[in-house]
Amino acid sequence: MQRYSVFALAREAFRDHRGWERAWTSPEPRAAYDVVIVGAGGHGLATAYYLGKNFGITNVAVIEKGWLGGGNTGRNTTIIRSNYLQDPSAAIYEKARSLYETLSQELNYNVMFSPRGLLMLAQTHHEVRGYLRTVHANLLQGVATEWIEPAKVKELVPILNIDGPRYPVLGALYQARGGTARHDAVAWGYARACSAMGMHIVQQCEVKGVRSEGGRVTGVETTKGFIGCGKLGIVVAGHSGQVAEMAGFRLPIEAVALQALVSEPIKPCLDVVVMANTVHGYISQSDKGEMVIGGGTDGFNNFTQRGSFHHIEETLRALVETFPMLSRLKMLRQWGGIVDMTGDRSPILSKTPLGNCFINCGWGTGGFKAIPGSGWAMAELMAKGEPGPLAAEFGLDRFREGRFIDESVAAGVAH
Amino acid sequence: MLTLTCPYCGVKAEETELAPGGEAHLKRFGAGSSDADYEAYMFARKNPKGVHFERWRHAYGCGKWFLAARDTATLEVFGTYPAQSKEPPAELVAAIKARRPGWEGRK
Repeated sequence: MQRYSVFALAREAFRDHRGWERAWTSPEPRAAYDVVIVGAGGHGLATAYYLGKNFGITNVAVIEKGWLGGGNTGRNTTIIRSNYLQDPSAAIYEKARSLYETLSQELNYNVMFSPRGLLMLAQTHHEVRGYLRTVHANLLQGVATEWIEPAKVKELVPILNIDGPRYPVLGALYQARGGTARHDAVAWGYARACSAMGMHIVQQCEVKGVRSEGGRVTGVETTKGFIGCGKLGIVVAGHSGQVAEMAGFRLPIEAVALQALVSEPIKPCLDVVVMANTVHGYISQSDKGEMVIGGGTDGFNNFTQRGSFHHIEETLRALVETFPMLSRLKMLRQWGGIVDMTGDRSPILSKTPLGNCFINCGWGTGGFKAIPGSGWAMAELMAKGEPGPLAAEFGLDRFREGRFIDESVAAGVAH
Repeated sequence: MLTLTCPYCGVKAEETELAPGGEAHLKRFGAGSSDADYEAYMFARKNPKGVHFERWRHAYGCGKWFLAARDTATLEVFGTYPAQSKEPPAELVAAIKARRPGWEGRK
């Protein structure tokens, strides 16, 4: 792998940038690998990376139906935070957030992690109580968050109207080291590092079937032929149920559309991430100057990657009251992603009924922030065959045993 | 915009008038059933990419629950029918098969 540095940049500047290598190779798949991971999004690539880095397993293929990072990795609002209520969630999201801190240096690829701070506005008295509880829980979990009063909120976000008639700002849950990162770069950085370890990333290769024998997976049928594997990881948010069905089991998951949109670019006016869960909207400003706005999910199953317009309208109506200056902005683009929703709104990192097949899914509306932690925990699960401490609580068996990790209550709707 | 015709009041209701209620025709397993049956009843869902049968409520209309057949991959609506139905009506199934020749029926 050609390292990126200021010296490499200077060297290439003197030869018209003709010496740059491709960041990753695009080989044809071999007949078999030790590990095959289905899905080259952030979570799949991170799983492959930590399999190599932490466990020395490099005979790995990551196969992808479309293009690398082209699913929800490229469709989210890039928010990173770990201010969750429940212990298992706080542990895995904080692991992810702490890995993001040094990810650019580790991957030698600028993922533009920007710990600009993140606010969750409390706009009802229920939210005030809920967030105070979360602050106390985070204190016990070792996650640095604090409760801040309206005056401090106004200081951090001058464009915010804290005295709105319907949704006054009563305070906020503040995570100073939360923020954003460049979503594509996370996938590209992991892909480059995986490729450098000799792993194969095979794009335009759709899984059509899972072949198994005596309760164990032997390989996958794909549009590029049969690929054998010692272990199979299914990491395909949005279509988890479809791939699980090929493998012969059913998941407690439903697919719904989650929408986001961006405004025309404007000069810098918002240097923190603001989430307003009561009104189902969250907002940050991208480096290009666009206001990046996320909304709520539709309530019905949907695989079309587009959502209902009235949800966008609701989100914007409420955000305009909280941020009056937004009323003058034109919205440029709107899009939807298909997210896996579980019954308790927490992810699944689990063994499956097939002995050597593992699944990572159900991240719902908040998967991007978890990518490094999810990959770390999934790699441990796949390498050892048993979950480590980060993944242990996220098994499929929790639905039978009633051990829910209930974040639908803890985190509200927005993730 | 999703539009469903309420089988009770006959109103062509658009999405903001309606409340979605999840998968239709679930068989209830309550007290005394096995753990596996109860888990499946509570959490396992078909979640098909294609023809799906769902519960909806005409929330801002007559207020009644009804059932609908819809394609989750295209958002095409095949029809609606009363909530008391144990199975989708035969003519609705025939209409879906006419539109989706490869459809294997409700599993």
